[in-house]
Amino acid sequence: MRQIKVNAIKNGTVIDHIPAGKVLRVIDLLTITGKNVVMMGMNLSSGKIGKKDILKIENRALSDDEVNSVALIAPQASLIIIKDFEVIKKEALQIPTYIEKNVVCPNVKCISNEEEISSKFKINVDKEPIARCVYCEKKYKLTEIRVKI
Amino acid sequence: MKNLISMRDLTKEEILHLMETASKIEAGKIVPDMTRKVAALLFFEPSTRTMFSFDTAMKRMNGQTIIMSGTKNTSAKKGETFADTLETIAQYADIIIMRSPTEGAARYASEVVDVPVVNAGDGANQHPTQALLDLYSIIKTQGSLENLKIGLAGDLRFGRTVHSLAQAMAVFGAEFKFISPSFLEMPQYIKDDLDEMGIKYEECDDVEGNIDDLDILYVTRIQRERFADPEDYEKVKGSYILRKNMLTNVKENFKVMHPLPRVDEIHTDVDDTEFAYYFPQAKNGVYTREAIIHLLLGGK
Ligand SMILES: [Zn+2]
Repeated sequence: MRQIKVNAIKNGTVIDHIPAGKVLRVIDLLTITGKNVVMMGMNLSSGKIGKKDILKIENRALSDDEVNSVALIAPQASLIIIKDFEVIKKEALQIPTYIEKNVVCPNVKCISNEEEISSKFKINVDKEPIARCVYCEKKYKLTEIRVKI
Repeated sequence: MKNLISMRDLTKEEILHLMETASKIEAGKIVPDMTRKVAALLFFEPSTRTMFSFDTAMKRMNGQTIIMSGTKNTSAKKGETFADTLETIAQYADIIIMRSPTEGAARYASEVVDVPVVNAGDGANQHPTQALLDLYSIIKTQGSLENLKIGLAGDLRFGRTVHSLAQAMAVFGAEFKFISPSFLEMPQYIKDDLDEMGIKYEECDDVEGNIDDLDILYVTRIQRERFADPEDYEKVKGSYILRKNMLTNVKENFKVMHPLPRVDEIHTDVDDTEFAYYFPQAKNGVYTREAIIHLLLGGK
């Protein structure tokens, strides 16, 4: 059943196993133009994570920065690349060790908020992932970092 | 070393090299020549002492300084971005020395300009030149930075200086005694770092009776404003005042340090003992800053 859905677009990107309810955040994050055919499913049952969301975007590849941003919101998701209805690549999203685009440091006294530049985080993924802001050097859990839309 | 932004960026070797350079400058074995060199001192938050210390350091090396002192918004009022301000100053100066209430401001400046940037304090974050002058004072009085027992007393919660010092000395295998009221104790994230490094520390709430086994006692001021009730301050304040009569059984090499300004946390009767080191410590700051500027401008 799921296989059919995944293959339902000809060319493009599928993000599967998004935690239920987070697909709208993911859509916000990716600049999707009127040209792209987009299909999304919410609260589908999944043996792996209970309930999941899924997003399919036709004729669209994600940049590395976009993949990193999605990984922050949905670290358990998988990224699938479709070409001619075939899955040509499927990989679990990896929490990046460094992210420098579209992220907001929670520290209001941080220069990245005062100057309206993107913050940058080095992420220690050894144990429970901890991100350290390159500017103010404060440490945060990934859930505390806001991903800018 | 291209900039000096955070102690976190420095290796043990770089720290020791800097100490050695400061020592050679103090002894006159290195005489840096900053003729025709200009340091811009951008102080977006007032700190007369730190500014004077850098100013003195530059002038002792025959260099010049240009000074901008005041709030961050002086140029922003005219609509100029912070990046443009920095880029313009970088056209005049060979090195930028910057203090700001905004955390990460110096790191950002170092990304914007090509000249070296020295962080002279960025909010609650870092003040690496203070940490380095403290280390220089320790190595000068103890002969080494390795395996010392260091007491940190006063406001350990908000004191950026004691955080940097604890982190820096941990690299050299120090053991700590944290002496503070419980609500001004060393933050958990620093203790976590120390735990991870296998560094020993104990926490106590009275200076008296806790200093005889120390090599260094680093005293900081407890600000009255930290207390919700001023009466609470009056109650505990006495426990954190160092007096001469507490010094009878301290170690021979024992030294008392303080980042200054002092208010009453070290009684003036300590000043003429052999253990008082806070004024020489301020002087060491000039040598340390000379060394930093010298190394950042290509000195060996
Ligand atoms: Zn930050």
